[in-house]
Amino acid sequence: MNLRKDLQLIADLVPANARVLDVGCGDGELLDYLVNERGIDGRGIELSQKGVNECISRGLFVVQGDADNDLEEYPDQSFDLVILSRTLQAVHRPREVLLDLLRIGRQAIVTIPNFAQWKVRADLLFRGRMPVTKSMPQTWYNTDNIHFCTILDLFDLAEAEGLKVRAFVPHMRNGRRLDMGPKLANLMAEQALFLLEK
Amino acid sequence: MRPAAGKTATLFQDTPLALDGGAMLSPVTVGYETYGTLNEARSNAILICHALTGDQYVASEHPITGKPGWWERIVGPGKLIDTDRYFVICSNVLGSCLGTTGPWEENPATGKPWGTDFPVITIRDMVRVQAALLDHLNVDSLMAVIGGSMGGMQVLEWLATYPERLHSAVMLATAARHTAQNIAFHEVGRQAIMADPNWQEGRYYDTGARPEKGLAVARMTAHITYLSEDALTAKFGRNLQGREAVSFGFDADFQVESYLRHQGSTFVDRFDANSYLYVTRALDYLDIAGRHGGRLSDAFKGAAHVRCCVISFTSDWLYPTIENKRIVHALNAAGVPVSFAEIEAPHGHDSFLLDVQEMDHMLRGFIAAAARTRGLTGGIGA
Repeated sequence: MNLRKDLQLIADLVPANARVLDVGCGDGELLDYLVNERGIDGRGIELSQKGVNECISRGLFVVQGDADNDLEEYPDQSFDLVILSRTLQAVHRPREVLLDLLRIGRQAIVTIPNFAQWKVRADLLFRGRMPVTKSMPQTWYNTDNIHFCTILDLFDLAEAEGLKVRAFVPHMRNGRRLDMGPKLANLMAEQALFLLEK
Repeated sequence: MRPAAGKTATLFQDTPLALDGGAMLSPVTVGYETYGTLNEARSNAILICHALTGDQYVASEHPITGKPGWWERIVGPGKLIDTDRYFVICSNVLGSCLGTTGPWEENPATGKPWGTDFPVITIRDMVRVQAALLDHLNVDSLMAVIGGSMGGMQVLEWLATYPERLHSAVMLATAARHTAQNIAFHEVGRQAIMADPNWQEGRYYDTGARPEKGLAVARMTAHITYLSEDALTAKFGRNLQGREAVSFGFDADFQVESYLRHQGSTFVDRFDANSYLYVTRALDYLDIAGRHGGRLSDAFKGAAHVRCCVISFTSDWLYPTIENKRIVHALNAAGVPVSFAEIEAPHGHDSFLLDVQEMDHMLRGFIAAAARTRGLTGGIGA
């Protein structure tokens, strides 16, 4: 099974025998890999009916819902790890969602598109319009992304909330890792993965 | 009413059935149907639980109405629940009137029909009878138990009472308790029956007249709760029935009136009024969390190995999404693996019985995965 490279970055950080909740699990590609290749006890949350049906056909367990409305229904510390992939920037209350992830799970993996990458900055600087790039292909009026942030913003939020960043993996859309610290990554990386803990 | 055309089993002959209400019942007759063949490993059995006024004829012609089975769209050879692969069982619930013991049947102590001397029963009592039927059929465990509405409530009682006999469970458009509104509608129906002079305190079986008017009104009221305002508007609007203008009288001027009257009058041909009282009472008494100090999840503690699927429908106001989600949260909290979706459908509560493609997709995927994890592979009798 060939996992998408950016999903592989997440999968690599999932410990053996973990109980995992994938919030916004889409068609279940990552969960399928974790459950069926790695023997992990994984569950999903997905809003789209199409995604739910695809997950169920794969034999996965998925509850229809979204990060903004349905996380509160999960008991405290009921998972070892909660995953939120490229979704934090699209929720109404990102701070509350982030804290909810770490209420439900002992650890959380969050990936974000980086609004401070140089291509995005250049697009805004030279075109004077909201950036449309390959990793952010939608225009301002139809984008799902309502709370754009940068790599440094997420570091700041983690610090403000007393969260520990256990792993930081800046990478490109195709999953290629960038071996650099937060400041340079903030300029270079299209997206970044954070492994967070309370 | 009358004995079923089809299979019957006589159970609880030696050991009586101990009912939740405290009474003992012996023997208990069960009318049931089976489709397909039990495989050698006895691992391919699926129990389908029917709704309030449903019956065991899930995929075969109804002996009274002559209509096709109530879920033939889903159950049959080559269909979503493929009777070439699975051994499908469906039985008439306790208290109903198509071959299973109920108030219409002769009370062995008196030699006369029970009437309202029949003990009040619960959904869990119905499930106890189904479990005994499985023993009778030599089926230890089920690949799946499936039901919608009151059928889904039976599935919940299976999860709470006999989880060790389940591999997977599907609940459609259901609830783990009856709300005040649910009870209120049922009470209107029961009072309509009891207000019919032919009801005679339930002792009408040898009078030559049955409380058909009351039962028809009960059905008409209930039928409204199975639909949605949008569905009624789309189907009937204010259209008149076979006339150009209103009659300034009380005939069925409107199509919706004519439709409801038809629903009422055909229902009385196939259902017993006392059975209607007993089965609606069983629904009203349902409160699974109530038995567990208000914590529904405690009811499912033994079911962590059972693969579950819950489906609700957007336009269902009888057992709306919030009641179905309550079940999902409780299963989750009990560590039971569960999938859930609220499916977009305009038809109201009855959506689960109708052609809703997204439901089919979800069920097909879920049942295939249940069969895989049960060790059943493709092919007949596998």
